[in-house]
Amino acid sequence: MADIAGGAATAGSAGAAGGALQAAWTRRLLLALLLAPALLWLFGLIVLPHVDLAFLSLRERVAPRVYVPSLAQYRSFFSEPLYWQVFARTALMSALATVLTLLVAFPIAWTIAKLAPGRLGGLLLVVCLIPFWVSETVRTLGWMILLRESGVLPALLVHLGVTRLPVELLYHDATILVGLVYTSLLFMVVPLVGSLESLDNALIEAAYDLGARGGAILREIVIPHAAPGITAGCIVVFMLTLGNYLTPTLLGGKNSMWFTEQIYTQFITRFNWEQGAALGFLLLLLSTAMVWLGLKLSGQRFSDVMRRA
Amino acid sequence: MSAPPSAGTGTPSAGGHTPSAGADTPDLEAHHLGKRFAAHRAVEDLSFSVARGSFFSILGPSGCGKTTLLRMIAGFIPPDEGRILIGGRDMAGVAPNRRPVNMVFQQLALFPMMSVAENVAFGLARRGVARAERQRRAAAMLERVGLDGAGHKRVDELSGGQRQRVAIARSMVLEPTLLLLDEPLGALDLKLREHMKIELKQLQAAFGTTFVYITHDQSEALVLSDHVGVMNHGRFEQLGTPQELYYAPATPFVAGFVGANNCLAGQAVGLDGAIVAVAVGSGGAGPWIVHAQRRGGVAVGAAATVFVRPEATALARSATELPAGLPVHAGAVTSLLFDGANSALLLRERLSGCEYRIALPQTGQYADLQVGAQIYFSFDPERALCFEAAAHG
Repeated sequence: MADIAGGAATAGSAGAAGGALQAAWTRRLLLALLLAPALLWLFGLIVLPHVDLAFLSLRERVAPRVYVPSLAQYRSFFSEPLYWQVFARTALMSALATVLTLLVAFPIAWTIAKLAPGRLGGLLLVVCLIPFWVSETVRTLGWMILLRESGVLPALLVHLGVTRLPVELLYHDATILVGLVYTSLLFMVVPLVGSLESLDNALIEAAYDLGARGGAILREIVIPHAAPGITAGCIVVFMLTLGNYLTPTLLGGKNSMWFTEQIYTQFITRFNWEQGAALGFLLLLLSTAMVWLGLKLSGQRFSDVMRRA
Repeated sequence: MSAPPSAGTGTPSAGGHTPSAGADTPDLEAHHLGKRFAAHRAVEDLSFSVARGSFFSILGPSGCGKTTLLRMIAGFIPPDEGRILIGGRDMAGVAPNRRPVNMVFQQLALFPMMSVAENVAFGLARRGVARAERQRRAAAMLERVGLDGAGHKRVDELSGGQRQRVAIARSMVLEPTLLLLDEPLGALDLKLREHMKIELKQLQAAFGTTFVYITHDQSEALVLSDHVGVMNHGRFEQLGTPQELYYAPATPFVAGFVGANNCLAGQAVGLDGAIVAVAVGSGGAGPWIVHAQRRGGVAVGAAATVFVRPEATALARSATELPAGLPVHAGAVTSLLFDGANSALLLRERLSGCEYRIALPQTGQYADLQVGAQIYFSFDPERALCFEAAAHG
């Protein structure tokens, strides 16, 4: 003990600055250690494979085991109508699913944030979470059991006399949309609840007091206030939907024509990793461009939006 | 500002009301209003009227039901019983956005997503006023409240006092029959609050609109109002001018709540016309006998409470310096509370040991007074009030 105390006393006069420096280093080391798992994950699972995919996408096979650098894979996306048409269709369907999710989620979020008092609001949020306790595959198979020709819903329709014979409700675009909205709902509800909860009720009352009706209050007060939350929810849902593979494939069958399916086919069925990598990169770039465009059009800043998400 | 003498005296006209908007129709009338939340009676059998162009305050401690009353007038909550008439029109079933009433909220509730001018023009837009006309009227209103040229600013760029004025402008631009103000000065710091008090009174005089103002701050109510209703437990304890409340409180609650007062509890021991003799305290050397005006039916032997204003008490170093003809009391100084014009001292009365507060005169002649000093004091029994203690809330 005496030894340590003596050492500290001599060091104290000599290195007040040294102590501060050491404290700064300790802080930096601590920060690095805390961030290490996230950085390893980001680098190992996101950056490295993407670098490899980038190299893959930029070469062309000219003979067995002979590759040359080329942009042919990217060129074929634009020259081959199937690729860009499937992409356009996927993007449009995703945008539609995003809008539908917003329309369904808004009343739910409003109820949770403004109408349900205290614990009831939390309970409702848990109810929204319950579907996620079941794996996505099982959930989607559940939809299939309900909707297929020999399934529950067509039988019910026949029983009620709405249709004479059971109808096939699977493999339609509408079915895909229903599945996508269902899967995405929570990711829209959560940021919406956050932004609606922060809206002061007095603002709504003040608008009402100044003569506004429901529509005007929604347009002038609620939506401008909730805009970052709405944008955050839309970005998350759009990206999730665009990159979804299971739901469109299972519910849409062969007709689904989903872009992720094209990528899967290139990698797994056709062993054309070069084409698959190029399509993967195009999905990344084009979806990023669309999100950027959406932010520009709605006048939102990315940093504000992400704080709400 | 020229209120008819009948205004605010709380006498509801019985029977049918003819909805005529004549000059002497009160802007606001309440008849036997009641509201309960579960078992709690927030507002109970309230009746009052507010004359056109007057400044009416509802003063009460938090939880007395004044916010409930204001929200019923604004239309946010329906009354369980009774009627509200605004400008002679019955407001039953009329939604807040259709009432000729606007409200300045406690936290002002300015719209942060809009500029100052857009805030002011919001109500006009809802009425379908054309854009150019809207902008012109919003600018004119901003000029009237002394904010010309601030229309393009964001709400959070304004100071507290400026925001206050925007909130008033936003309501006044709609030319309401009645402007409701829900403790709008509560969020401001003391200095600004004093300033805004004056400004609010001047604005009300300039617009001539009827203001209904709720507050728990008795100084705000006294300074601003033509008439004040003191509210407690959902009822009006007293309705009157600030002077009436201060000089002639009707109940012990009003006496204790409006202005500073010494509250002396004791027992009535003698009655001489309108003057009661009360024996205060028994813990000390003996009872301290004080004389006060009889209010209500205080009987000899009953428990009584005497209220004496600190500023109605004369103070002297020797008994001979006090005004002649009044009972002389004595005590020892326990604290000196220096607060500029509001300076006071606390003393312990010699016989009963009761604490008593005396306002120090502004002459500075007691500046050298020390804690522990023996002093003499007296007050005119005509200016002290004695209530029955049972009613003391």
